[in-house]
Amino acid sequence: MTRQTRRTVVALCFLLPNFLGFLTFTVGPVVFSLAASFTNWNLMKTVPLRCVWFDNYVKLITEPEFWLYFINTAYLMLGMPIAIAGSLFLAVLISQRLRGMVVYRTLFYLPSFTAGVALLILWKALYNPTFGPINLLLEWVFDGVGLVQLEPPDWLASTKNVLALAVERVEIVSRQFGLGARDALIIMGIWTAIGGGNMLLYLAGISNIPRDLYEAAEIDGAGHWAKFRHVTWPQLAPTTFFIVIMSFIGGLQGGFEQARVMTQGGPAGTTTTLAYYIYTKAFEEFQIGYASSVAWILFTLIFAVTLVNWRFGSRYVSY
Amino acid sequence: MSAIREQGGGFGKWWFRRGRFGASHALLVCVAITTLMPFSWMVLTSFKPLNEVQRLNPLPSQWHAENYTDVLNSKDISFKRYYFNSVFVAGWVTLLVCLTSSMAGYAFARIRWPGRDHVFKLYLATMMIPGVVTMIPNYTLMVKLHLLDSYVGLIVPAAFTAFGTFLLRQFMLTIPPSLDEAALIDGASHWQVYWDVILPLARPGLIVLAIFTFMGNYSAFFWPLVLIKSEHLRTLPIGMMYFDTVYGKQTNLIMAASVMNIVPLIVLFIVMQKHLVRGIQLGAVKG
Repeated sequence: MTRQTRRTVVALCFLLPNFLGFLTFTVGPVVFSLAASFTNWNLMKTVPLRCVWFDNYVKLITEPEFWLYFINTAYLMLGMPIAIAGSLFLAVLISQRLRGMVVYRTLFYLPSFTAGVALLILWKALYNPTFGPINLLLEWVFDGVGLVQLEPPDWLASTKNVLALAVERVEIVSRQFGLGARDALIIMGIWTAIGGGNMLLYLAGISNIPRDLYEAAEIDGAGHWAKFRHVTWPQLAPTTFFIVIMSFIGGLQGGFEQARVMTQGGPAGTTTTLAYYIYTKAFEEFQIGYASSVAWILFTLIFAVTLVNWRFGSRYVSY
Repeated sequence: MSAIREQGGGFGKWWFRRGRFGASHALLVCVAITTLMPFSWMVLTSFKPLNEVQRLNPLPSQWHAENYTDVLNSKDISFKRYYFNSVFVAGWVTLLVCLTSSMAGYAFARIRWPGRDHVFKLYLATMMIPGVVTMIPNYTLMVKLHLLDSYVGLIVPAAFTAFGTFLLRQFMLTIPPSLDEAALIDGASHWQVYWDVILPLARPGLIVLAIFTFMGNYSAFFWPLVLIKSEHLRTLPIGMMYFDTVYGKQTNLIMAASVMNIVPLIVLFIVMQKHLVRGIQLGAVKG
């Protein structure tokens, strides 16, 4: 055996445990789910298994549900730019070498570190329309300023939304305007994400910007805004690019835990995202074939969005 | 701060600096309060008697610490059991992930072999695959292997991650190659180099991976939700969800359970803070 082959064998031995698991639980399932998406496979075995080619895909594209849940998913992603801008803003504020920076960083990171079912249950209680502290506080404020006729929103129990989208059809209806379940989830999402990993990434990015760029800008007489606009922002472009891509990937497959724990996808399906739709099809109705086809549409969508981001974004990341 | 343009010094400069920093602090304190309010409400409510839960006043008139013992000793919900299950599963997954990822990372970072970079690219590419795509086949696989409703079914599929491999490979690339070359010339085997040279040097990376893996699996929701049917195998998040449906009206008890759920995470976070912050920055900025 030559040294080269020996080395290869040793390397493969090191790789093997991970690679076997990787094949079994990632690569294999991906291929398998693509194959399953062309079948009528149902775990309840009411019908004999057969290949239906593109029937699942045709069905889901012609059904209104898929589009409604796609809109829900996109709607919930509206909070993304706000959360990212907020993270950047906080990172800029913190990075001024203020006293107590570590304390701020720790506090802001707390929600994203503890995120999970416990916090979802907490927010469900906070949003309770009659007993929740948010509405108790709002009512108290409305009473205090003499606006007794104002009603606080019903939050998770309401289908209203700030885009005034209608229920169960793709349309805009003015009486749907208001704050409802989807907006409640967005607010909660911003609260969770604003001081999380993205803020830490921005902090790292800012600390990597060479000091002399700022000094040069000062010599040219740049103020705070000009320095941010012409030094900080372009220097952070790779970080922003990374964060935007990851947020799209996360956002498109998001919304499952919120729907399962807080709303069961309701009211009237307004908080059902594509991920939750796949879950209900696969694990409540056991339509494995159909659920796989939705999963593959979602995968294709994520892939396409990432490609577009890459094409479009990398043009602006240059220095 | 190098941002001071006024060269006059004296009072003007002092005021400028104080004013701007003061405004920043004021903003940051506002955000901090907004961040903390839900947490404070959760903790205060967990000490209230049930009839005070719906009051605007966040403070309990009497502090009922027995809410916590009520949750722990509840007949319908074996909270201690869920704690054990979560820690047990997350612990095993963490151990296995660290082992498999560091071995694969070693193969990718420290040994040269044909096709290495192609295989690594395949690993990277799969990090984009949404979890829902692999969940369904993995579930049917567990059905076939009769691993539904078992610890093994919870632990094994989570024990191999492309992310861990990626993170540790990046970390191992920063270790100077002269170290293992010297050891290999002295007659050490690759296993010895891996175990005695590279692993100790990669410790900061391993710690970060361990924290993230533990935390992620302690709070994991989707997989235990579809896999576990028996009550005694439920992990904390699943137990919490059922607790919420059964005790829906007893907000004080539910908040006590939520507090107990997140306290281990907060402790872990405070103890490990420095490593974590470094790790997030290391893992992503290089990617």
